[in-house]
Amino acid sequence: MKKVLSLSATITLSLLLMIGCSSTPTTEGGAEVSEQSTGAASEMGAEGSEASTSAASQGEEWYGDPLENPNSLLATRVIYFDYDQSLVRSDYLEVIQAHADYLAANPQAVVRLEGHADERGTREYNLGLGENRANSVRSLMMAQGVADNQMVVVSYGEERPSAFDNTDEAMALNRRVELVY
Amino acid sequence: MKKIVLMLLVFLACHSAVKAELTIEITEGVEGALPIAVVPFGTPGRGQPAVDLAEVINADLQRSGRFKTIPRADMLSRPTSDREVEFKDWRALGVENLVVGQVESTGAGTYQVQFQLLDVYRGQQLTGYSIPTTASNLRNTAHRIADIIYESLLGIPGAFSTRVAYITSTRLADGKSRLGLNVADADGHNPETIVTSSEPLMSPAWSPDGMKIAYVSFEGGQSAVYVQGVYTGKRQKVTSFKGINGAPAWSPDGRKLALTLSKGGNPDIYIYDMRNRKLQQITNHYSIDTEPAWSPDGKSLVFTSDRGGRPQIYRVSAFGGKAQRVTFENSYNARASFSPDGKLLTFVTQDEGNYRIAVQDLKTGVMQVLSQGRLDESPSFAPNGSMIIYGAKAGRRGVLAAVSTDGRVRQRLALQEGDVREPDWSPFKK
Repeated sequence: MKKVLSLSATITLSLLLMIGCSSTPTTEGGAEVSEQSTGAASEMGAEGSEASTSAASQGEEWYGDPLENPNSLLATRVIYFDYDQSLVRSDYLEVIQAHADYLAANPQAVVRLEGHADERGTREYNLGLGENRANSVRSLMMAQGVADNQMVVVSYGEERPSAFDNTDEAMALNRRVELVY
Repeated sequence: MKKIVLMLLVFLACHSAVKAELTIEITEGVEGALPIAVVPFGTPGRGQPAVDLAEVINADLQRSGRFKTIPRADMLSRPTSDREVEFKDWRALGVENLVVGQVESTGAGTYQVQFQLLDVYRGQQLTGYSIPTTASNLRNTAHRIADIIYESLLGIPGAFSTRVAYITSTRLADGKSRLGLNVADADGHNPETIVTSSEPLMSPAWSPDGMKIAYVSFEGGQSAVYVQGVYTGKRQKVTSFKGINGAPAWSPDGRKLALTLSKGGNPDIYIYDMRNRKLQQITNHYSIDTEPAWSPDGKSLVFTSDRGGRPQIYRVSAFGGKAQRVTFENSYNARASFSPDGKLLTFVTQDEGNYRIAVQDLKTGVMQVLSQGRLDESPSFAPNGSMIIYGAKAGRRGVLAAVSTDGRVRQRLALQEGDVREPDWSPFKK
């Protein structure tokens, strides 16, 4: 959630800057400022005047489907795993929490959890490994209140790589669970 | 070991460009291979055959690594029957055995093929046959002759007139893949695609009568096991339970399929009876249990399980019960299958960071690593037990390779384009 806060602060800053300027900056200009000043933004945002508050909240709100919000944790749809491991790394717990919250709040939504493995090892064993990975994500989501029928687990093993090199980096990109809504 | 690198670019000039042929490369041969000369067959009468039978026989024998074949340019004469043979000329070349024969046209597209296998030192015939055939079967007739020669000189049946099933994957311009399940002659000729899909295809397995292939297809977004008639194209969906439907393996009597299902929450081994469609659960463990294979007597199964932490091979009765661990040597051993005589297992082992093909003697427990690749997988015994075909990587590309069971002969079979993998060697033709 910290990321979201600092982001809204960033938007506050850019809006303040825009207000401060008498000219009408283009949207690209505004985006550029917000990108460059991310670090310093939170303090200024926190001290923001009452007058700018309403403008800020307008900026941070997402009116579309939360799944479409590129700044949301829900935008992270791939969870990566260590070699021959199906335990979810702790750095992904926040992402899984966000997806679980979304699914719990939208009981009609269904997600496909597609498990994958890198090319090392045998194909059918990797099918099992991919399924274990998808099931790890599923268990965490269930613990957060997501209904069983909102998740479909499919393992593709090593059959659908997302990276085709045989480097360690490529193999790391292939050890994954994709969340497909 | 002496390294013979011999490229046999096998393609028929009349073949359409669509059919990508396999290239066979013999990378290592055996010292003390039997010197043999296969003389070009005589073609009396009208209607010249489109296939050079002696060339096909020569390539088969050469490819096995058990024979040293004599180039045609070295032949002083070209006899087509024993009556024309000057044995002393062949002795001078160091040839121990000689194959002579004729292909005679007997009508529209039919032929009579005669051949004799001769012992050069004794000056006598070892075997000889007269075989009727057709234009479209000439290559197969040549493979059958090579089988007969192999058996009469080495004492075990040849496996040249068999086929290989394999998976191909081609990446298309739009980033999608086109998968194919193919069958080809054991020398890579006559490839035919029997299934195509935009979704993954896996784990082809010949039925014991060589008429059907079981495989895994992800069409429809989920895995299912299918059985398809190789020569009819008709197919049947065998299982499509929730979760994994994988690793089909035929029982030796062809009535049952062992397979992996995860419908119980994790992958376990089941046996599906093709006649009454009943399912019997063989393993029940929270680990990954997969890749079952039957012993030739049908009494037991081996399978991969990581119940001990890492994947290893276990053996269990075909009626279920307690599983016994079989492999102990390396930290990763998977996808085992039995040799036709039931004495050896071949499987994938992790050998100093590489995945390689190994054999293990079931009696002594001694394991031997046979292949030399980085990512070798899917080993499958030839029906005569002489060779193991497997999937390997050449750079990023999948290729097929074969190694003799004693590790002394190596071959590489590469399709001209795309990725080739998961070979399964057919049984003998019935």
